[in-house]
Amino acid sequence: MEHIELFFKSIFIDNLIFATFLGMCSYLAVSKKVTTAIGLGSAVIFVLAVTVPLNWLLDQYILQEGALAWLGPEFAEYDLSFLSFILFIATIATMVQLVEIVVEKFSPALYNSLGIFLPLIAVNCAILGGSLFMQSREIPTFGLALTYGVGSGIGWFLAILAIAAIREKIKYSNVPPALRGLGITFIITGLMAIGFMSFGGMLTGGDEEVKETPKTEVVKVITEDEKAQELKKINTEQHRNKELAKNTKEIKE
Amino acid sequence: MGLLSKKDARLILDPLADNNPITIQVLGICSALAITAELEASIVMSISVLFVLGVGNVIISLMRNMIPSKIRIIVQLIVVATLVIIVDLVLKAYAYELSKTLSVFVGLIITNCIIMGRFEAFALANKPWQSFLDGIGNALGYGVILIIIGFFRELLGSGTLLGFKVLGDPIEKTGVYAFGYENNGFMLLSPMALIVVGIIIWIQRSRNKDLLEEELVGHCDI
Repeated sequence: MEHIELFFKSIFIDNLIFATFLGMCSYLAVSKKVTTAIGLGSAVIFVLAVTVPLNWLLDQYILQEGALAWLGPEFAEYDLSFLSFILFIATIATMVQLVEIVVEKFSPALYNSLGIFLPLIAVNCAILGGSLFMQSREIPTFGLALTYGVGSGIGWFLAILAIAAIREKIKYSNVPPALRGLGITFIITGLMAIGFMSFGGMLTGGDEEVKETPKTEVVKVITEDEKAQELKKINTEQHRNKELAKNTKEIKE
Repeated sequence: MGLLSKKDARLILDPLADNNPITIQVLGICSALAITAELEASIVMSISVLFVLGVGNVIISLMRNMIPSKIRIIVQLIVVATLVIIVDLVLKAYAYELSKTLSVFVGLIITNCIIMGRFEAFALANKPWQSFLDGIGNALGYGVILIIIGFFRELLGSGTLLGFKVLGDPIEKTGVYAFGYENNGFMLLSPMALIVVGIIIWIQRSRNKDLLEEELVGHCDI
């Protein structure tokens, strides 16, 4: 259940492109044709699925505060988390290189379709971003890290596939000259992101939580509109109470 | 321009408008969109990129004859990652709250395409001083767009600039709020960043016709 939830959350709600804008550069550059978009998208899924769990292991056993405890008690106090950027990017760069070599050796057909995209991916924000979000969201287990990697990869794949399909069609429509190409792509992506925001309520869970949400909204409305008035009321009441207290004191005296 | 020759000045001025890294070269979009909900964050981000790109370009340019071309990407990544770690630690020490809002996006300067792009296209082939100017110019061009987006998103979204309530207080109903003005909370959400960039590109390209993209398959083809 945990896995399914994280899987769908990373595809739809925390979609790398529409929620956090990661990997926008290659998203905009390689989305002119559906076939190339599919190639790059599957390469991203693949690399994310490899690097996120790998970086999870690094984070868990080398980088975090106290992670080096397995080396012996004298290492338990080390906190190497400031090294995470350099270690993550080095892992990603080497893994991409390694994957390229292995794929070229064992599956030339796959290499022909994915190969040209692999070097591009080493510097794709989505890959490093996936690892950094994995670290900052403190994903607890190796399996969940794998799920997260695959899920965010699929989310990215869906996004680039959709925009490539739209861009192939939009060539034939009458867009204002200044908006052609880049401009309209940005605006369409914005509209798609608004669409994806509606997935936000997807994982609210059982009936209890659904019942809870409207309540909080009501409370918010009250606080926004009548905060000032309430504050004034409370203030005046406190004043009255003080005055009353004084009065009673005076009477007693 | 006593200090700079004409050619050097072009290195700084070109990326500001006609060859802007974000709107024309389409590099470094990722961070430009995610952190621009507040003006302060966009200014800090621009300064960080200015530092990393300026210094990084000089380092790469100094080493350009020593780097074997096969492993140059890894060398470049290591240089950027080191500089970004410095920025990250400085931010954590002197602006902790802000480094929390920027969260992973400081780390993502490493994969900011502007930086790798400038290393590849310029620093590997030019002398340190020119590379430095090129780095500063491109980082400024990036910063200008970031600050424009941040300005509009914060002003229209929460009615503040750098945290100051320039439009009056929405709760006390002072300033423009007295006339029934409401903040557009939608500007704070991520999709609007994309649309604001789209509009900036639109304005820039309609002012300068040379920048139009020749993607004219045209509706008459059907």
